[in-house]
Amino acid sequence: MLKISDLHVAVDGGSKPVLKGLTLEVEPGEVHAIMGPNGSGKSTLSYVLAGRDGYDVTGGTVRFEGADLLELEVEERAAAGIFLAMQYPVEIPGVANNYFLRQSLNALRRARGEPEISAADFIKKLRAVAEQVGVGQELIKRDVNAGFSGGEKKRNEILQMVMLEPKLCVLDETDSGLDIDALKTVADGVNSLRSPDRGMIVITHYQRLLDYIVPDFVHILADGRIRKTGGKELALELEEQGYEQLLGEAA
Amino acid sequence: MATALETVQDYAAKAYKYGFSTAIESDMAPKGLNEDIVRLISAKKNDPEWLAEWRLEAFRRWLTMEEPTWQKVHYPPIDYQDVHYYAAPKIKERPKSLDEIDPEIRSTYDKLGIPIKEQEILAGVAVDYVWDSVSVATTFRAKLEELGIIFCSVSEAVHDHPELVRKYLGSVVPAGDNFFAALNAAVFTDGSFVYVPKGVRCPMELSTYFRINEMNTGQFERTLIIAEAGSYVSYLEGCTAPQRDENQLHAAVVELIALDDAEIKYSTVQNWYPGNAEGKGGIYNFVTKRGTCRGKRSKISWTQVETGSAITWKYPSCILQGDDSVGEFYSVAVTNNAQQADTGTKMIHIGKRTRSRIVSKGISAGRADQTYRGLVRMQKGAEGARNHTQCDSMLIGDKCGAHTVPYIEIKNRTAQAEHEATTSKISDDQLFYCRSRGIPEEDAVALIVNGFCREVMNELPMEFAVEARKLLGISLEGSVG
Repeated sequence: MLKISDLHVAVDGGSKPVLKGLTLEVEPGEVHAIMGPNGSGKSTLSYVLAGRDGYDVTGGTVRFEGADLLELEVEERAAAGIFLAMQYPVEIPGVANNYFLRQSLNALRRARGEPEISAADFIKKLRAVAEQVGVGQELIKRDVNAGFSGGEKKRNEILQMVMLEPKLCVLDETDSGLDIDALKTVADGVNSLRSPDRGMIVITHYQRLLDYIVPDFVHILADGRIRKTGGKELALELEEQGYEQLLGEAA
Repeated sequence: MATALETVQDYAAKAYKYGFSTAIESDMAPKGLNEDIVRLISAKKNDPEWLAEWRLEAFRRWLTMEEPTWQKVHYPPIDYQDVHYYAAPKIKERPKSLDEIDPEIRSTYDKLGIPIKEQEILAGVAVDYVWDSVSVATTFRAKLEELGIIFCSVSEAVHDHPELVRKYLGSVVPAGDNFFAALNAAVFTDGSFVYVPKGVRCPMELSTYFRINEMNTGQFERTLIIAEAGSYVSYLEGCTAPQRDENQLHAAVVELIALDDAEIKYSTVQNWYPGNAEGKGGIYNFVTKRGTCRGKRSKISWTQVETGSAITWKYPSCILQGDDSVGEFYSVAVTNNAQQADTGTKMIHIGKRTRSRIVSKGISAGRADQTYRGLVRMQKGAEGARNHTQCDSMLIGDKCGAHTVPYIEIKNRTAQAEHEATTSKISDDQLFYCRSRGIPEEDAVALIVNGFCREVMNELPMEFAVEARKLLGISLEGSVG
């Protein structure tokens, strides 16, 4: 469903290359973990997929379900079914979390030519999902991310993800700042979305998350390229040896 | 792909939705202003002698006054002789029933989304329709009369309730109060009149919808609302004008009087034509609005959503005379393109334990310039008075301006005033976040801005909050991009 070929991306007005020939394919039903040291380009990859400004694609292609993803606007990518659970979700003061989510869901539905969800159906669905991902009713009514703790913000991202039912989930360091209980709840939410027609890219620093979200593939990203690919055991190997040693072998 | 800044700049090109004009025969006074014109207006309105004299007196005062220049707005000198001071749709007399209204006028209000009907959409709202200089219709009058509530045009009130008009007209904003108020007193042609008797809670929203139609006319309406002891009324005004290349002057006066334990809630959704993206045309909205909490424990609350006009100059104020009276001012002002606004409030604390609250949200985009100007004055006798002021500005883009000019004067040691101010921007992060959740850019801007204004929007009557929210979005179209 997602095919990234020889992707080159630069930041700072194109002067600073970050991704230098990244190639990755994700098929429906697969969960791909991407691990890598700081500055290796993990977050850049997630932002480029979501279509954020400031990331200049200087080479390569990204195709999503056969279409040229790089041609699409941010909201069009969302409508196409891409969801990015962000590392640093922003606050939107004065906009209630549930209102925002309903606007989002209906915007996606409109873009896909589907009818809007009724208020009653929305509330019903939101209640169920919120309970599932451990987001309290009180948090649902508060302003989007405003005054949320780190863990609450991450759970809120997962709440949105489960509500919006994307085709491709991209999780950018969703585990950072989570204690072990929160990690489990978040992982449960993510696992509930695993299905034969949905792909996932899980970006993380730590093997720990992968105990709960068990990947089909683990990729090690370093210096802007995938340097090593393996099964879930690669993450354990990495945990033991560290990047330097592991990549030293690869190189 | 667009940054927040670029998106904001884009929206600008969109057209003003209410910019059409209606071809209707008008009865107009010749251009210019002199004593004869003032007398002509008096004659047209069939003024009683005292009112004719009051106008002339105001006109003579106006001649001696200077147009104010202290506000932070810029415009070429206004030629007051180049304006028609009277324009009325040519009808023999005011229609007796709603069915007799000129179909052209009727269809204009239909197009504006406020049909002249006592019907479901506006079932909870009685509306007075003001067309150029005159009121053309008022709905639900009979129902209100049963409760003793008078809701009619000022012209009618002058004849039907002269004792009330004479007692209160000019009692809050005297004829010589300021340059524009004096001009209004001399030439005002209509407006709404509301009287709520003792102990009556008005069961529906009262609303006046102002429409400027003719070219080269000024609109000078005057609204007078009197709430007797223990009464309550919520009133809303809306306004639009055709899109024209020349500037048109709107100099209104609003006077509110609240007696013991009475409450007046006054809301405005101001959407006069703002001019085009280059700043050509648009309404000069120079308005004096003032309420006096004359009675003990009375309350006056101003809520305004100001999105239109080329220039806005207005400071809805409260004179807190009665002990324990309360004044509130909730404002959202949006300026885009070349719009300018200098707006705020005055809270004059005279009585003991009087309280006031000011919440001002200013949003500036394009090349627009906006100033919050507010005065909080605690007089000597204002024992234990309190004020809280919150002024938040949001900038969209890097070519607009936001300024806050608070004046605080405290003459009583026990009085307290607090002032908070913030300035923020719509960040690229926020826009990206919304868009990545599927919300298109323009909707995202509207969502973020509405969130920023929520405290004020919550104060609007339900029937209008939805419209006002949409209006905020529309006003900022073209502002990011």
